[in-house]
Amino acid sequence: MTAIASRVAIHAVGLRKSYGAQVVLDGIDLDVAEGTVYALLGPNGAGKTTTVHILSTLIAADGGQVEVAGHDIGREPDAVRAAIGVTGQFSAVDRFLTGEENLLLIADLRHLGARDGRRLAAELLERFDLVAAARKPVSTWSGGMQRRLDLAMTLVGDPRIIFLDEPTAGLDPRSRRTMWQVIRDLVDRGVTIFLTTQYLEEADRLADRIAVLDRGRLVAEGTPSELKRRVPGGHVRLEFADSSELERAASTFRGSSRDDESLALLVPSDGGVRSLRALLDELDQASIDVDGLSVRTPDLDDVFLSLTDRTDTQEGAA
Amino acid sequence: MTSRSYVIGDTATMLRRNLRHMRRYPSLTLLIAGIPVVFLLLFVYVFGGTLGAGLGGVAVGRDAYLAYVIPGILLMTIAGVAQGTAISVAIDMTEGIVGRFRTMAISRASVLTGHVVGSIIQSILPITVVTAVALLIGFRPTTAPVAWVAAAGMLALTAVAISWLSVALGMSTRSVETASNLPMFLMLLPVLGSGFVPTRTMPDGLRWFAENQPFTPIIETLRGLLFGTPIGTSGVIAVAWCVAISVLGFLWARRLYERDPAHR
Repeated sequence: MTAIASRVAIHAVGLRKSYGAQVVLDGIDLDVAEGTVYALLGPNGAGKTTTVHILSTLIAADGGQVEVAGHDIGREPDAVRAAIGVTGQFSAVDRFLTGEENLLLIADLRHLGARDGRRLAAELLERFDLVAAARKPVSTWSGGMQRRLDLAMTLVGDPRIIFLDEPTAGLDPRSRRTMWQVIRDLVDRGVTIFLTTQYLEEADRLADRIAVLDRGRLVAEGTPSELKRRVPGGHVRLEFADSSELERAASTFRGSSRDDESLALLVPSDGGVRSLRALLDELDQASIDVDGLSVRTPDLDDVFLSLTDRTDTQEGAA
Repeated sequence: MTSRSYVIGDTATMLRRNLRHMRRYPSLTLLIAGIPVVFLLLFVYVFGGTLGAGLGGVAVGRDAYLAYVIPGILLMTIAGVAQGTAISVAIDMTEGIVGRFRTMAISRASVLTGHVVGSIIQSILPITVVTAVALLIGFRPTTAPVAWVAAAGMLALTAVAISWLSVALGMSTRSVETASNLPMFLMLLPVLGSGFVPTRTMPDGLRWFAENQPFTPIIETLRGLLFGTPIGTSGVIAVAWCVAISVLGFLWARRLYERDPAHR
């Protein structure tokens, strides 16, 4: 990690927002280091989009302090706006203009100058594979193309911090992969990414840190592996031919749970290659014969069942 | 700071965008020009004979009615443009692009001002078409050219006021359909004033409304500037109405623009 990475891009304390009696954000603290990817994970209605809207100066918070790129969002919104780029859930393109005109429009609004604007537009059209359709009105484009243009428009003017609200929702697997690559390229250039997602897999692949948001509260925060350790859903299921093997395996792997009926043992694991290898090594050393092996990685369901149910019980008890 | 120094540049950028929309989709502009022409021909040739006979001034008949109805038709034209403006503003608000503008360091007023300036430019074509058709069928202003320029100025001021109002109306709606209906009352105002018949022929309540609504002094001012009829205090009242409507429209539109987009 370089010195830059330790600087703070987004810093929020006690962020609150309600609409009438409905509390959307109930005191959120966030710290995002510069040059990292931060994923806000949560189900629909958790408050992810509201968080992005507040951090990107689109709406005002009811309470709390937020600094983005070193500027207070309430006092210096324009300084924040000059440093950020936002791609929301709904495409923020002008459908009546062509793709090229859209990019030039944003270049003008970023005050880049005509020549730089044109060069940048050409570059971005190339990079996002939009050259062929560049001169056609965006209303005639496919949804995936509009999405790519949307992101290209966000990149005009080299924002240092980029907000992506569910960047891959509704994309086919190939486009999703392309999007992930784009995000990684941006991070390589030192850009800070704040993204929201419903998919743990996505957060896992991209993010340096993940925060889990549920009904307006952060129920967990940490690196992907930290987070997965808190989620009991991930395990390796070992199946055995007879109960003696199961017995030996159960005594080898402490903390595992056994299922005598189907002669299976569930060993908690993050499902990663490294931990699998360690597990197989242990089986080898103890000369335990395994009949079958299957990996179950924790998914969003597990995260939510474990993290949010606990909150429920606490609330219920209190 | 940033926003203030770029006000003009950003407004020009937004204006270019709106003009590009108009050029690419000219049907709306053509429709806006077409409706008042139809009304002009309808009122002069279908109703003009009868209505002209009832004018009760020095001049009567179809030609006199043509002269009488011109200011009202011109205001109807501006009201038609307002409808187009409200529609394009409402379309803008339903598109995500305005959300993007909100998160960029651009002058906040530029989005709105771009629409207003675009709307005023958009009204030039229909006004020209309506004037040309009127000239073709016998419209002859009887005053000096300097008064015609003043009449054009009055029209421009009215266009500014109505544009700000229609931008606010367009922003106040959730749907494009509503936006297209809201400025409808503007189309009716010239009729419910001195635009098509003298107000003295109306029943009391309606007459009171007709004489005190903003379009009547504007119409009387235009009539005076084009045909030398007495203007009196109408000129001052007309300008006051235009300034008041512009300011209110501007303040309303700005407040709507700042409104939380998630809960429109």
